Amino acid sequence: MKLNENVNHVPVGPFHPLLEEAEYFNLTVEGETVVDIDMDIGWMHRGHEFISEQKTFTQSIFLVERICGICSTSHPLACVHAFEDVDNTDIPERAAYIRSLVGELERIHSHLLWLGLAGHFIGYDTLWMWSWKYREPVLQMMEIISGNRNHYGMMRIGGVARDVDPDRVKTLRPILDMLDKKLKMIVAAAKDDPVLKSRLKGVGVLTKQDAIEMCATGPTSRASGVPGDVRTDEPNDAYGWLDFKVIVTENGDVWDKLVVRLLEMLESTKICRQCLDKLNTVKGPILNDVKEISAGEGIGRYEAPRGEVFHYVRTDGTNRAIRHKVRAPSYVNIPTYSASCKGIPIADALITLASVDPCYCCTERALRVKGEHPDAIDFLKLSRAKTERIRREIHGH
Amino acid sequence: MIGLKFLYLLGFMVATAVFGLIVGWVDRKLSARVQFRVGPPFLQNFNDFFKLMGKETILVRNGIHWLFITAPLAAFGMLVLISTMIWTALILHRGFGGDLIVVMYLMMIYSVALVLGGASTGNVYSSIGAGREIKLLLGDELVFIMICLVPVIQSNYTLRLDQIITHQAENGMVIGSVSGAIAFVLGLLCIQAKMALPPFHIPEAETELVEGPLMEYSGPLLAFWKLNHHMMYVAYPLLLVLLFFGGFKLQGIDILWAVLKYLLIVVLMILIKNTNPRVRIDTALNFFWRIAAPLGLAAVLLAVLGV
Repeated sequence: MKLNENVNHVPVGPFHPLLEEAEYFNLTVEGETVVDIDMDIGWMHRGHEFISEQKTFTQSIFLVERICGICSTSHPLACVHAFEDVDNTDIPERAAYIRSLVGELERIHSHLLWLGLAGHFIGYDTLWMWSWKYREPVLQMMEIISGNRNHYGMMRIGGVARDVDPDRVKTLRPILDMLDKKLKMIVAAAKDDPVLKSRLKGVGVLTKQDAIEMCATGPTSRASGVPGDVRTDEPNDAYGWLDFKVIVTENGDVWDKLVVRLLEMLESTKICRQCLDKLNTVKGPILNDVKEISAGEGIGRYEAPRGEVFHYVRTDGTNRAIRHKVRAPSYVNIPTYSASCKGIPIADALITLASVDPCYCCTERALRVKGEHPDAIDFLKLSRAKTERIRREIHGH
Repeated sequence: MIGLKFLYLLGFMVATAVFGLIVGWVDRKLSARVQFRVGPPFLQNFNDFFKLMGKETILVRNGIHWLFITAPLAAFGMLVLISTMIWTALILHRGFGGDLIVVMYLMMIYSVALVLGGASTGNVYSSIGAGREIKLLLGDELVFIMICLVPVIQSNYTLRLDQIITHQAENGMVIGSVSGAIAFVLGLLCIQAKMALPPFHIPEAETELVEGPLMEYSGPLLAFWKLNHHMMYVAYPLLLVLLFFGGFKLQGIDILWAVLKYLLIVVLMILIKNTNPRVRIDTALNFFWRIAAPLGLAAVLLAVLGV
C-alpha cells in the first residue's frame, strides 16, 4: 500500500459500541472524510445450515428460529414455506391469519428496536429509551399469543403450533389500541423533530440505480424508491387478503429509511387489527398435520423486517433435509455500504452503517479461512464441490 | 500565610469534588427519569470513582507516557484553580485584577490538556477525538470570550469577578438586560460544548469513537478525567451564576435563591442534553461561527450601547 500521511484507517469492529455483534469494517479516512470502506464479514458463523441438515424437519424449524433473535419468526416462516413448497401443502385459513399476525407484531418490535438503536448511535439516548419503552407492549402481546417474549415457536409445517382463541383476542385488542396510539405519537415526534431531520437528511444516500444493481431489499431498497415487498409481490399466508400499503420513498438517505420504517409500523398495526378481526370470524383448524415430505426441492420467501429472507431446502423423502440454504436480507444490504458510505464524514458513515439495520448473525452462512497454513481448508472450495455433487445427483450429469 | 492559602485551595478542591459528584448524580438521576429509567443510587458516582482508583493503570507502549499521565492531573489542577477562584469571588467577594481572564484562559487549557492526553497514545480513535476537541474549541472559544465581555462591559469595564458581582448587586442582574439574556443563552451552549455534553459530545462520541480522547485511559487516570467532568458541573454553571445572575449570598433565605439559580442552569443543561442528538463537527462549527458569533457580537454591541 502506498504510504500516505493523510490517510488513516478507522477500524469499526470486530468489537465496537456501534455493532452489537462481532463484525469488522475498515474505514479509510482522509481527515474526517471516509474515502473507502472494506467489509469483512464472517465473525459470527455458527454453521446453522450444516446443523439443520442433521435435524428432522420439525427440529430444524426450531433451529432456524435461533438464527436471529430479532427477526426470530421470519426465518421459521420462510423455512416452513420452503418445506410446504416441496409438496404444495396448504395451510388452514385461520393459521394464515395467525402467521401474519405474529409476523407483523415482530416487524413492529424490530423497527422500534432499530429506531432506538439509531437514536443511540447518533447520541440521542432519550429516543432510544422511549422507543424501547413502547416496544414492551409488543413483547407483552407476543407473550400472550405464544408464551414467549422472543423465540415464539409458533410455526409448524402446515400451520401454526398454538391457536389465538377469542379470549386472547379480547386481551390483545386493548393493548394493540394503546400501542397504536403510542406509535402514532412516537412517529409524529420523530418525523417532526427538526434536529433529528437536519442530522439525518441527505446522509448516506443510496441511489435507486445502486439499490437495483446491488439487489438491496426491504426498507433499504424501498427508501431508495424501489417498491419491492414479498408481501405484495408474491403474497403468502394471509397477506393476499389483507389491506395495507407498501411504503416507498425516493431519496435513499438515512432519513428516508427512518421514515419508511416508521410508517411501516403504522401499516403493521393496521394488518394486526385486521388479523384480530378475522380471528374472531374465521373458525377451523390451525394445523394440517404433515406426516412426511416427499423428495424434491422447495423455496420459501418472507418479507422480514429487514427485507426478503429466502430459504431453500432439498429433501430426499426421509425426515431430514439434505440441503438447507438460507439467504438473509442483510447479506444483500450490507454491500450497499460501498455505495452509500463513501465521501461522507465518519459521523455520517457510522449512522449509515446502522441504517440498513444489519443483522450479522442472520447473514453469516459461510466461513472462509484464508491462510498459508498447509492444513488450512478452503471452505469455499468445499462448499462449491458439495453444491456441484448435489446438482449432479439431481440432474444426473 | 502560604499554609492558609493552601488550606483554602484544599478546602475548595474537596468541596468542588464532593459537590460535583453529587451533581453528577442529579444529572444521571434526572436523565434517567426523562428516559423512563430508574437511575443510579445516590452514592454511585463516589463508588465509581473509588473503584476506578483501585484499578490498574495501563500504559500504551508506544505512547508518550509523561504526557499521558500528567494530562488528567494537570486538567484536575486547572479545575481546582478555576473553581477556587469562582468560589472565592462568590462567597468571600475577593478577587484580583483580571481574574476573569485567568478563568477563561484556564478553561481553554483544560481542553488543551484533554487533547494532549488523548493524542499522546497514538490511538486512532483518540487522535480523531482530539482533532474534534480542537475544532470544537476553535468554535466555542470566540463566542465564549464575547459572552464574557457582556457582563464586563455592563459592570463599567471591570475584569474582576468580585466587582462584577458588586455591580450587579447595585444595578440588577446582567440577565435582566437584552444583551445579557442573549449572552446567557449563548453561554449555556458554550458551556455545553466545553463540557462535551450532548449535543456537543462530538469528541467523545461513544458509538463512533468509543470515548475518543479517553479511549486508552484506565484506572486512577480515568477516575481523574471522570472527576474533572463532574467538577465542571460545579465550576461552569457557577461561573454563569456569577456573570449573569449576580452571584449569591449564603445567609438566610438567600441560600434558597443560590441553590435555585444554580439548579436552574444545571437543569437547563440536563434538558438540552437529553433532547438533542449529537451534531456533526461541521454543523457545530457552522453554528458557532455563523450563528452564535454574530449573535455574541450583537450582544457585545448592545452592551456597549447600554441595552
